[in-house]
Amino acid sequence: MSGSNFGSDELAQFRKTFFEECAELLVDLEERLGALHPYTQDVEGLNAIFRAVHSIKAGAGAFNYTGLVRFAHTFEALLDRLRDGKAELDERTLPCLISAGDVLAALVDTVREGKTADEAFGADVRDELESLMDGASGGASPVPAAKADAAPTGPQGYRIVFRPDSELFRHANEPLYLIRELKTLGTLEIACDTSRLPDLAGLKTDEAYLSWTMTLRTDKPRAAIAEVFEFVEDECELIIEPLADAVEATPEAVPQAVTIAPAAVAVPVAAPTVERAAPHPEGKAEQKASVASSIRVELARVDRLVNMVGELVITQAMLAQQFNENDVGQGGHKTLQGFEDLAVLTRELQECVMAIRMQPVKSIFARMPRLVREVSAKLGKTVHLEMSGEQTEVDKTVIEELADPLTHMIRNAVDHGIESTEERIAAGKSPDGTIHLSAQHVGSNILIHVEDDGAGIDRERLLRKAIERGIVSANAKPTGEEIDELIFSPGFSTAAAVTDVSGRGVGMDVVRRNIINLGGRVQVQSTLGKGTRFTLVIPLTLAVLDGMIVAVGEEKYILPLTSIVESIRPERGQIRALTGGYEVASIRGEFVRLVHLARVFGVPQAVGEPWNGLVVLVEQANGTKIGVVVDELIGQQQVVIKSLQDNFDPVAGISGATILGNGRVALIVDIEQLTRLADRPHPTPLPNTDAPSSLTDELANVA
Amino acid sequence: MAKRILTVDDSKTMRDMVSYTLKGAGFEVVEAEDGVRALTVLQSGKVDLIITDINMPNMDGVTLVKRVRSQPSHAATPILILTTESGEDKKAAGKAAGATGWIVKPFAPDKLLQVVNKVCPA
Repeated sequence: MSGSNFGSDELAQFRKTFFEECAELLVDLEERLGALHPYTQDVEGLNAIFRAVHSIKAGAGAFNYTGLVRFAHTFEALLDRLRDGKAELDERTLPCLISAGDVLAALVDTVREGKTADEAFGADVRDELESLMDGASGGASPVPAAKADAAPTGPQGYRIVFRPDSELFRHANEPLYLIRELKTLGTLEIACDTSRLPDLAGLKTDEAYLSWTMTLRTDKPRAAIAEVFEFVEDECELIIEPLADAVEATPEAVPQAVTIAPAAVAVPVAAPTVERAAPHPEGKAEQKASVASSIRVELARVDRLVNMVGELVITQAMLAQQFNENDVGQGGHKTLQGFEDLAVLTRELQECVMAIRMQPVKSIFARMPRLVREVSAKLGKTVHLEMSGEQTEVDKTVIEELADPLTHMIRNAVDHGIESTEERIAAGKSPDGTIHLSAQHVGSNILIHVEDDGAGIDRERLLRKAIERGIVSANAKPTGEEIDELIFSPGFSTAAAVTDVSGRGVGMDVVRRNIINLGGRVQVQSTLGKGTRFTLVIPLTLAVLDGMIVAVGEEKYILPLTSIVESIRPERGQIRALTGGYEVASIRGEFVRLVHLARVFGVPQAVGEPWNGLVVLVEQANGTKIGVVVDELIGQQQVVIKSLQDNFDPVAGISGATILGNGRVALIVDIEQLTRLADRPHPTPLPNTDAPSSLTDELANVA
Repeated sequence: MAKRILTVDDSKTMRDMVSYTLKGAGFEVVEAEDGVRALTVLQSGKVDLIITDINMPNMDGVTLVKRVRSQPSHAATPILILTTESGEDKKAAGKAAGATGWIVKPFAPDKLLQVVNKVCPA
């Protein structure tokens, strides 16, 4: 009883579908479980959870994943009781359901990887599920073992009397088909009793008038015959007796034998085909409900499409450039108009294609209520999570990469952001903490806020710690915002530091790194005693980038437009050389460190002095501004990002590459790594490259 | 003309399996992912057999069976419900609603065809 006699190719395909489906069901399951509250009967929620578990069980059964079936069966049984109100969703049941969801997910993972789960895995949760059912009417019915096959060979034949009720026809069963089926079991002699058939005038179309007496010669057991009539056993009179006995029991009158012909049974089958004049009132609603449909597409196909459209954008830009460079001649402006239209259409096409990969952030947000509940329960705090903007969409890749940092931030907010209940009461605040998680679109970015109403960042303590740890020099006078930024410093990422320093900092540097890898940034705002707000700004897609093309010698580089603050052509007097070969530019009274792209990447024939070229002021994720020295700006362009890592190892200072309109490759500069790169020995030697840290301090003091 | 079978299941895995097996046996197969959509399919044309899951969102299988039976044009359309081995009460509920018979999940392709053959031979 399994799908095992499907071909291996089909089976592999079904299995793939199954795991895709499981992934969706498990996300839904987790979300629904997270929304349950003790002592409330959310029937709809429970139904949905039941269906998810049931679907996984059914699929698992088809692939013989017995361990998974067994667990899902127990899980499902408790859910069934809960939705029927036979068991109560109390404080003990809810965590158990949540654990069961985890075990189920883990079991799915195990079988997906082609492994067999340890017998003992999840046994404790299963026992717990079972014990929770004991209160109700008995435990889960055990998964029935496959029925024992074929009892010993039966006698040589059976006499079968089959007398259908009219009920049989109301269930759309058809005696003819059953008799045919019976015939496949052996040799069949059939006698049809037509004696109850009325004359034509008295004939009712939904009545049963015929009955059959049959002799079946077969070596099959009685059960095989009973199985033929399995669906109709309550809708007919049925006698099945071994032939040996039948000899004794002489039938009353031997009816006239007939061959099975459709005419013999056609009478009751005819059903009225009168359509109702008025459409079913609910029919309309049903149609409406089915309008919003969707299809499932493999991600690889979408990616291919995204890629192709990317190529199209590049080709279009290339054509436009060539056209502009060449003499346009007669009718040129019309062609130009055509090119502009093409550019608009291409851009729209690209946006449409990108939209396919977009998914609501709901899939990650949905995990958070449970996280908050668990962490706060562990800490003995009461924390409410409020969410908004769950439907905000962002690229699938971004979603996947966002899950970890967000989990981290929420955990931090509960653990360290929100004070203990006593502290809150002492501070005159509501004893319950609140965390707001929200998402919204701003331009081509998604903004995610994680805001708590906790104690806020204690800047004094934070700074003291930072000085102790040598992250900040003792005589530095950072601004309040700069101090807040310190929580992103790697030095604060140890657990010990966390509890000491008003709580923040557990791996916040890791969070920031993750977000930066997505091309985004993290900001923090905090008010002592009122709370802290983290803002994640992340581009909607990783596939395209608004960039500024800059020239350095013969090379072209792309700077991400989002990082650029302004560009200036500095006067000689604005540039000041510092010890260690570093340069700063004074821009409106503020000193900004200069980084020469030509020196960082070793490009020959670039302008040597900043005042002969341009300084592009860029802002790093931590808010630090640096001046990137380039020869000139070429122009702004949306570029399609091609990964370098797919073909090479990661290249320091370069986040990717793109193809320009002229077909040349341009590298995309990773702003975050620039300072670090500038600090290491340069391909173009500089005088006195030593002690970079002293510069940082010096800069801090100047600023 | 090939007989047309409507398979109703919210699980694509199940729909795929049913559909693949039936198509291989020469049936034409239409799919719907819940009871509501199944009724829409039925409005647009006749089918010779409906195979439906029980647990589905929007409209479950038992309700679907009742609704189909209440429509004169489909009063005599055979309906098989898909149920798990432990689903005795489901079989009973399905039967009471007017289902013709049932198929126990998980099923082997041969078994599915055998059951289909009992109510709607190709």
